Amino acid sequence: MNLIEAVNSALSLEMAADDRVVVLGEDVGKFGGVFRATKGLYEAFGPERSIDTPLAEGGIIGAAIGMAMYGLRPVAEIQFSDFIFPGFDQIVSELAKLRYRSGGDYAAPMVIRTPVGGGIRGGHYHSQSPETYFLHTPGLKVVCPSNPYDAKGLLISAIRDEDPVMFFEPKRIYRAARGEVPSESYTVPLGKAATLRTGKDVTVISWGAMVHEASLACESAAKEGVDAELIDLRTLLPLDVETLIESVKKTGRMVVVHEAPRTCGFAGELITLTLERAFYHLQAQPRRVTGFDTPFPYTLEDEYLPLAPRILSSILEIAHEG
Amino acid sequence: MAKAAAAKSSTKRKSKRSASERIAQSPFDLPEIPLHQVIDPSGKAVGVLPKTDRALRLRMYRTMQLIRLLDERMMILQRQGRIGFYGACTGQEAAPVGTVAALEDRDWIFPALREGVTMLYRGFDLETYVCQVFGNSGDVLKGRQMPSHYASKSVNVVSWGSCIGTQIPQAVGAAMAAKYKKDDVVAAAFMGDGATSEGDFHTALNFAGVFQVPALFLCQNNHWSISIPTAKQTASRTIAEKAVAYGLPYARVDGNDVLAVYGAVKEARERAARGEGATFLELLTYRIGAHSSSDDPRVYRDEAEVEVWKARDPLARYRKFLIEEGDLSAKEDERQRTELNETVLEAVKRAEARPLPPAESLFDDVYAERPWHLEAQRTELLEHLASHPKKER
Repeated sequence: MNLIEAVNSALSLEMAADDRVVVLGEDVGKFGGVFRATKGLYEAFGPERSIDTPLAEGGIIGAAIGMAMYGLRPVAEIQFSDFIFPGFDQIVSELAKLRYRSGGDYAAPMVIRTPVGGGIRGGHYHSQSPETYFLHTPGLKVVCPSNPYDAKGLLISAIRDEDPVMFFEPKRIYRAARGEVPSESYTVPLGKAATLRTGKDVTVISWGAMVHEASLACESAAKEGVDAELIDLRTLLPLDVETLIESVKKTGRMVVVHEAPRTCGFAGELITLTLERAFYHLQAQPRRVTGFDTPFPYTLEDEYLPLAPRILSSILEIAHEG
Repeated sequence: MAKAAAAKSSTKRKSKRSASERIAQSPFDLPEIPLHQVIDPSGKAVGVLPKTDRALRLRMYRTMQLIRLLDERMMILQRQGRIGFYGACTGQEAAPVGTVAALEDRDWIFPALREGVTMLYRGFDLETYVCQVFGNSGDVLKGRQMPSHYASKSVNVVSWGSCIGTQIPQAVGAAMAAKYKKDDVVAAAFMGDGATSEGDFHTALNFAGVFQVPALFLCQNNHWSISIPTAKQTASRTIAEKAVAYGLPYARVDGNDVLAVYGAVKEARERAARGEGATFLELLTYRIGAHSSSDDPRVYRDEAEVEVWKARDPLARYRKFLIEEGDLSAKEDERQRTELNETVLEAVKRAEARPLPPAESLFDDVYAERPWHLEAQRTELLEHLASHPKKER
């Protein structure tokens, strides 16, 4: 199963198991979504549960909030995370604060699924990684899987969660990432990272599509005699800080990899958390291998993205420092 | 055949006017939208009165009188520095009260700034309501919102943010959910005239038209969005006609005429319940006071205009009507006023005596369960507070 099929399987199983679950968004019904994530749901569950909406992200998210408050479990699709900003106010001002501002009286448990990241020649508006905006907003959970198994299990957990979840799907690997995925329902818990590779010299932390680049870099580093540990965060919030800190305490070196621009990117937070908890274990300056602080480019996307060669350089540099 | 007929009629229409004539005339092709009124400003019945009984008529009146007195009291408290902010409903009482009276208690109300009174109509405890203004431990919202942002699930009045218009698409979503669950429930969204400039307004009306949901849109056109008059908010001749673009039925209602509002909302609710979709109502009213305790309207508007609208006061008009109808005597009215005033004073007194919410409650309800980072921050604050006497904080 590839990642998009895993997402589709999660949606299909949850809709079959719970009639409160509905999907809504642009082109998600009859067409099955521009990436085919909702393929077959219209036929199986009808237009009332696989809802083609007018083209308005604020409307999709606003309506989903109303549905969730009323007792449904909506899964809203925003066609590209670059298009999420017309709905930003509904997410940040409304969805994230609803439980808090009503003293726990009202809540909107729902999922916003959206393809994220570059690598598909999509230019500015089909490539960005806006996760930090949402990490900075109390009240939201933020998830970004790197493989089909996790995508399915995390999405099922997100749909069943009592809080709103931003579910970022790395579109670069929608079809490229393949793996064994059980056809039945299962969950992967939110808030738990996965250690994909154990090592003693350097801790490499990433999520989403860049996990694959980091993995390639770790393999190359091994050939140069550097034993890297690779952590896939899977859930960015709530963060599995223990897995991160335990690893860095062991290796004394950390490299954080993400596609989003560097300034105020999540790497900054991860490094700060590590400094607060494991400062005296560090043997070298932490490294950030990230997108640059430019808009996402069209032609030069391979130069922009933190691909394996750049990650490898940082791993080798940090391994030989201190 | 239908296609051929349509083509023929379109050719026929085309021949009547040139493109320039057609474009020039287009804003005026819509007919004038009449104002629906059943009681005139002097309190005389002038239209077809909706069916109501005396108990209902008096309950509406009592609620209008209560909120008038409460607002007066709260503005005084604000001037005395006892509360931080207040948004009064004064001059607009008929719109929310007529609306809530026409709805079923199970219907969901999405209020804006001036519709908290709908909770009182539904029996929400007055002291608890006032606790919201103080933001204290008696407040069901736990002191998390500014004053006048009331909500309670117990009376199906939904929590409002302050970012204008956001509640409108949410009401459509709630209506979509009610329709999906086949519940006989409608979602009623309030908004001001200013909100009709927001994207969420247009998005929501468009969704409502497309999905044909059991929703009501109630625009309180009170003529001012803080300092911006409606004429600077929109070039449309009326707010109501905006509904045309979204394929929604609409009406323009005298929002200071509580029975006109009641009748229009009742009809709109019945349409929704019959599965005929959403209705848009423009309720014409006027904000007699300031936008909130934070502005002085004399800076931006002519007091003469206020006097014109004071003569159309919804409460005075309804009082005259009820006395004329024999529902109420002047003496009973005065007695009720005195009684309500005492109720308000007592509620304020008891509410004000309540302690503030405990500091640790700061970290509750961000998520269903506190994640580790909030647990750590909670401990951090509590340790700080424990080691620092209050005045040193």
